[in-house]
Formats: sequence, C-alpha cells, structure tokens
Amino acid sequence: MERFEIKLAGEGGQGLVLAGIILAEAAVRDRKNVAQTQSYGPEARGGASSSEVVISDGEIDYPKVIQADVLLAMSQEACDKFYYEVKKDGLFIVDSVHVRRVPTSEAIQVPITALAEEATGKRVTASILALGLIVGLTGIVSEEAIKEAVRARVPRGTEEVNIKALEAGLAKGKELASLRKKGREK
Amino acid sequence: MLKLVQGNEAVAYGAILAGCRFYAGYPITPSSEIAHVLARELPKVGGKFLQMEDEIASLGAVLGASVGGVKAMTATSGPGFSLMQEHIGYAAMAEIPCVVVNVQRLGPSTGQPTSPAQGDVMQARWGTHGDHPIIVLCPSSVKEAFDLTIKAFNFSEKYRTPVILLMDEVVGHMREPMEYPPSQPPEVVERIHASTPPEWYYPYDEEFGDVPPIIPFGMGYRYHITGLHHDRSGFPTLRPDEIKSWVARVFRKIEANRADFTLYQEEWTDRAKVLVVAYGATARAARHAVKIARAHRYKVGFLKLMTLWPFPEEVVERAARTATRVIIPEMNMGQLALEVERVVGRRKVQRVNKVDGTMITPGEILNAIEGGRG
Repeated sequence: MERFEIKLAGEGGQGLVLAGIILAEAAVRDRKNVAQTQSYGPEARGGASSSEVVISDGEIDYPKVIQADVLLAMSQEACDKFYYEVKKDGLFIVDSVHVRRVPTSEAIQVPITALAEEATGKRVTASILALGLIVGLTGIVSEEAIKEAVRARVPRGTEEVNIKALEAGLAKGKELASLRKKGREK
Repeated sequence: MLKLVQGNEAVAYGAILAGCRFYAGYPITPSSEIAHVLARELPKVGGKFLQMEDEIASLGAVLGASVGGVKAMTATSGPGFSLMQEHIGYAAMAEIPCVVVNVQRLGPSTGQPTSPAQGDVMQARWGTHGDHPIIVLCPSSVKEAFDLTIKAFNFSEKYRTPVILLMDEVVGHMREPMEYPPSQPPEVVERIHASTPPEWYYPYDEEFGDVPPIIPFGMGYRYHITGLHHDRSGFPTLRPDEIKSWVARVFRKIEANRADFTLYQEEWTDRAKVLVVAYGATARAARHAVKIARAHRYKVGFLKLMTLWPFPEEVVERAARTATRVIIPEMNMGQLALEVERVVGRRKVQRVNKVDGTMITPGEILNAIEGGRG
C-alpha cells in the first residue's frame, strides 16, 4: 500500500482529533507506518476542526492529506470546504444529521450522530461510530487493532460505551461495503 | 516497542532520558504538551516541575537550576520566546547550559496559536542583543524531535551554552510511530567537573581550555555570576584584553566544533542540477516533492538541515556543487534563504514562501522545481 489518506472534518468538540489519534494508533498496532496531524482554532468547542491520518507500508514524507482516499464531513462547513480534496475514486462520507446539502450524488450519506445516539444513547460517541464506519467500509486497519486502540485511548470508564459505538459503525460500514460491491457488479 | 507518540511528548521523553531533572515554564500553545508530560513524569524520576508566572521568570528559574548542577529546560512558543530573549543572552554571557524549546506558531505577536510557521529562524539566532554564538537544532519528525532533544542537552553541557530546539506546530503536534523506550540507551553527555580545590577555582579560567567546567553552587565553590563582561573569576571587568579574550573564547568553543554538532541529511546530490534545501516540517513536503520529481527524471538533490545555527555553510556549499538552481521553501517570508543565497555564489536561488498558517505542499515545491527547468 503506497499512501492511504483519511481526513476527518467537522467542528471542535465532536471528537475528531481523538478519532484521528485512535485510527493512527490502530495503524501502529497493525505494524503500518502512519502520520497523524490536526488543524483547529483556539476554541475548545465549536469552530472548524479536522484531523488527518496518512497510512502507508512505506516511508511517509508529507504527513498531511494531499488527496483524500476517505473524507468524513461531520458539519456542513467541513463538507463545503473539503469535498474537492477527495480523490476521484475516494470515499466521501457525510453525517446526514449535520450535512443537509451535499455537493455530489457520490456522497455516502449516513445519519452518523443519530446512529450513535441509538446505539449508545450518547451523541458524543458519533466520532467513534464514524471510525467503525470507515474501517467497515475500507478495512484500512484490522477490527482487532481499532478495538484495542479505542480501549487504549478513550477516557477511562467510557471504554464499553465507545466499543458499542464502534461496533455499530463497523456493522453499518460492512453493510454499505457489500451494497456498494453489489452495485458495482450489476 | 513501537508507540504512537506526539512530537511534543517525544521532546519530554527525550529530555528525561538526557538527564533533565528540572523544568520551569509557562504553558503556551503549541508547546504545552511538553509541560504536561514533564509535570507528570519529572516527579517520578526525582525531578522538579515548576509553573512560573511568565516566560522571563521561567528561563530565570532554569538558569538557577542549571547553576545548581541540574540539567534544566523550558519550552514555549513565539510570544514567550520573545520574553525569554533577555535570559538567553544571560545564559550565553554567563555560559550556563540550558535547553530552550520554541515550538513556532504563526506570528508576529500572538499571531495564531494553532497554526504552523517558521518565522523565528532569525530570532533564534539574533533575538537577544550583543554578539554571541548559539546552537539551534530543528527536527522534522517525531523521532527527530526525540533525538535532537537529547543532542540539545548534550551540546549544551559539552559546550556550556544555551541550545535552542526550534520546532514548529506541525512537528510538535504530529503523531508518528516511535520506538519508546528505545532498545538502546542514547548517548548522554554529563557536565564536566574540575578537581581544582575551591580556593584555586575560577569559573571562566582559560587554563581549563575553551570550555571551563562550571561547578554547581552549594559544593563549597564560591564564585560570581553576572551578565556584565567578566574576568576569569566572574567579577565585572572593563579591561579590553579580558573582554576580547572572553569573546574570542566563546566564539571559538562553538566555531571550532562545528563538525560535532552540524547535523543534516543529504540525498541525491551527486550530479544534481537542482538542489532543494529545507528544514523542519517543510522538509517533509520537500522530500515528497523531490521524490516525485526524480521519478520524472528531474535531477534534483535534497538537503535537510537539522542544525540551523551556526549556519552550516560548508554543507550547503558542497551539496549545491553541481546545481545551477537552489530552492529553499520556508513557512516565512524568506529567512534561511538569506544564508543560502550568501553561500551558493552565482547559482540561482528560488524561494518558496508561505505565511498563511498552513504547510507548504509538495505541489508548491514541485512547481518551483519545474518552473525553472533547463
């Protein structure tokens, strides 16, 4: 695998920087090379926030996303700002709870925040559910590694609720992956 | 074991392995994680962590600790680095070993705390007043942040000088896999001591050589430390011969040992027509661009500088020997470019500058490489 680039974008407070760290940690557990960076403003909540993860079997020189293999947009602003950074055959995932207008019919629209609330009763687990979704769709890291990484990096005492969110995301991601595969075969 | 480590965390881990046992600082983005980790880890190894009222006091406390015989450091970003300049000069004058980390953010003034920049390159060299040598190291990865922190302590002790670790927001906040704890313990330099009895000891005595040993306060050795020009005993002097020999010695102790602390990575410079010189996070974009250009048969060489000051003139000159063009990308309006232009003679120097709070991309450097083909 040359370079696989993932951008998680939304608002401060949604947990996207942590989600990027967890994904990067899973890649390390899978013995892959990885670089994780982030971009956010001075505020603790609100304002644009994003996290970038580059995974490769080889050396990673430039540590930021050049053209995303996966873009996750958790806010309308993030969607509008970054969708042009997605690769031609890349995955463009939006949380349809927050993103009402999509710029392309190629967007994979999933009510991520609503699914998280349904699975765990906590909207704040949406970013972890989104991680499950991405891993279910792409297989970019192993399920085992992402589970270990979630357990290692989420605040103590929230492991189980986050694993629940992750598993819901993984199931949804795998379902979407098989639908997309069938779609391509037709 | 490979662990996912942040650049700032790597600095803190490196400091502890290098023997740092005292940190005083005032938190500031994007450097604060260095303080967070050391506040947690230093007490575990018998060290001390102090949060001070500001950055002036922070470096003051560090210098006091160092004179007390303890390896000490502080970390900050642009606004705090400006405040520390006074004491950086004091450290240079009194020859007190210390490590000052500056994780650069967009400036001037408070600028933009979470945005990367490389605007403090000249400040790191010339920020404090008066003529003085200084060593400035600059990492471009998490592993390098770790390694160069250890080296910063080593050079600071070996040459009895302040050393600046000049990072940027990207490297400070980035996470990458790193072997930690390392399988082999790093080489650590301890402070030089003297066996001279207290009544014969002079803290600035050239008889010891260019780097006289600094014996910690509290061991029965009584001497004077001042920011004024001083004689061998540390007391102020007006005598031109004493001032002159002090200046000559502190420059000599650094200049004569350049080969020891000039760190760089040079690749593909044999027969290169174009040379890209870069440092810090920008070196990551530059190497990416150079590899793409080489895959398209451009004869491009790459030079990454990890020691920025004293400026490694000979290294740059040699790397550029076959080049007709030298490209220098920087997240500032052109600072190290001035040095590069000074040493590469008649070769064309192309600057790639970006000051908007984002990293220079490989595409922007590729444009420069392609721009002047021929």
